[in-house]
Amino acid sequence: MKLLKRAYLSIILLFLYVPIAVLIFQSFNAGVSRAKWEGFSLRWYAQLFQSPNIMQALYVTVSIALLASMISTVLGTMAAIGIHAMRKRPQSMMMTLTNIPMTMPDIVTGISLMLLFIFSKVERGYVTMLLAHVTFNTPYVVLSVMPKLKEMNTFSYEAALDLGATPGYALRKVILPAIRPGVITGAILAFTLSLDDFTISYFTTSPLVQNLSTLIYSEARKGIKPTMNALSALMFVALLILLLVVNRRTAETK
Amino acid sequence: MQEQTRLIRLENISKEYDGTPVLKDINLYIRKNEFLTLLGPSGCGKTTTLRIIGGFEQPTAGRVIFDGQDITSLPPYKRRVNTVFQKYALFPHLNVFENIAFGLKVAKIPKDEIARRVDSMLDLVNLRSYGKRRVDSLSGGQQQRIAIARALVNEPEVLLLDEPLGALDLKLRKGMQLELKRMQQRLGITFIFVTHDQEEALTMSDTIVVMKDGSIAQIGTPKHIYDEPKSAFIANFIGESNIIRGRMVRDELVNFCGSNFTCVDSGFAPDSPVDVLVRPEDIVIVGEDVGQLTGTVKSVLFKGVHYEMMIEAGGFLWKVHSTSMQPEGSLVGLSIVPFNIHIMKPTEEAPNE
Repeated sequence: MKLLKRAYLSIILLFLYVPIAVLIFQSFNAGVSRAKWEGFSLRWYAQLFQSPNIMQALYVTVSIALLASMISTVLGTMAAIGIHAMRKRPQSMMMTLTNIPMTMPDIVTGISLMLLFIFSKVERGYVTMLLAHVTFNTPYVVLSVMPKLKEMNTFSYEAALDLGATPGYALRKVILPAIRPGVITGAILAFTLSLDDFTISYFTTSPLVQNLSTLIYSEARKGIKPTMNALSALMFVALLILLLVVNRRTAETK
Repeated sequence: MQEQTRLIRLENISKEYDGTPVLKDINLYIRKNEFLTLLGPSGCGKTTTLRIIGGFEQPTAGRVIFDGQDITSLPPYKRRVNTVFQKYALFPHLNVFENIAFGLKVAKIPKDEIARRVDSMLDLVNLRSYGKRRVDSLSGGQQQRIAIARALVNEPEVLLLDEPLGALDLKLRKGMQLELKRMQQRLGITFIFVTHDQEEALTMSDTIVVMKDGSIAQIGTPKHIYDEPKSAFIANFIGESNIIRGRMVRDELVNFCGSNFTCVDSGFAPDSPVDVLVRPEDIVIVGEDVGQLTGTVKSVLFKGVHYEMMIEAGGFLWKVHSTSMQPEGSLVGLSIVPFNIHIMKPTEEAPNE
């Protein structure tokens, strides 16, 4: 019985991680063939960093992730503070409105944003992709800041005003320090989501502005090049590190 | 009363939440250096009144006058009052010293003066060596003292206290009551204290404002309110009481339980219905043949200092406190001296619910 349990768990983990392991393994393969191991090489990694297309996409991905996470952290934190200050009924209504975009399939969000941009005659490209990323990131920031606000003593803000602090000073010196862990978690979460988004980016950008995932997709249609293995391997490692950081933070704050 | 000594005046204050009135035309003045208590059951509007003085709520109508100036729409951070909140509301990311120093820092007081004043506050609340401690490492009573120190260090003219002792256990609460009273007398600051605990109000206050359903039911000294409650509600709320429906025969003579009693109240119309209040400790148990009323002991409870006996006499169940016990079922006489019979205007509500 115990053996069965172990075997079951191993099979699950195998299914989850073997594809990724194969990918990483192949990225070090010196040959082009995927069927044959021709020796260890960093050749594809070197090519990767020499390709202007890929480096451009990397720049787009990282800069959009940074900008989008910063903007949505500010928006989401302000929204959370505002929603928290509302009375019960409008508050739960606002929270539902915030949650709906998160449960919506990415493809629906992507297509509806695309339609919106076409309808309002905004040319798709870097800015529209950034706007789209801010849109889907913000609810996650609200969601990670909200519990910290709920934990706060309701009278903390009033106590600061009572001691002579202006509302701005109270926000900086009392509210923000109290909710800081939630804000940082929200920012990292937003950055991660933005970094690995494909669907929404695909619909909201032009073929001229590609991020890594849309680039990999369009390259894959032409047949997978070994550089893509290397690129995917790097993305996996980067996201893994970020996820570990987020998990650690949420575990600590509990 | 000289105008000068009236530090705060509330003029015709009303407050509504979504059309529901919570304060109805409150008029009240608070004297300098007074310990004033707003007392009442939950939902009577006492906390809302305090929050209007603190600036956290805006009245729907009426004015708040502070030291001769209209401060009705002044935000809390511009008022010369400080508040000790329910549950203390200390800042968890700051240590004890930083918590107390918060208001001084906002006021841009020089560092060495902040240190001096915070230290003297820590002395005042007997937490001298606690400056570096985290606030959530402290007990409820200690957090309470920090909250008081944090407010007092700003040298406010008025300190508002919103049920500050509510979360403490009985023994700690009694200690803090005395300590607060001592601080108030020593510092010469006006205290406005909100509580639903009548005993706390009687112990600490110079003036008690009894509130009910958003209105002021009675204002007076603790002794005045205990001895001369205006209505059955106040008599029931403050201390224990027997309240009987009666009839005024003429001035200084009242009829209840089928007998006439001499009393000291006058000014009621002859034959008008009244509520009669007799405190349980004011009823004297005498021999069954010499009392003004004769009754049977229905139950006896030992309360520590005294026995509480329920005695049926004249068709009414009397609550009687006495240090000598009468066994259950025994026949006794009850006697009340005229001074201890208090006549009140009758109210709609049933007495002794």
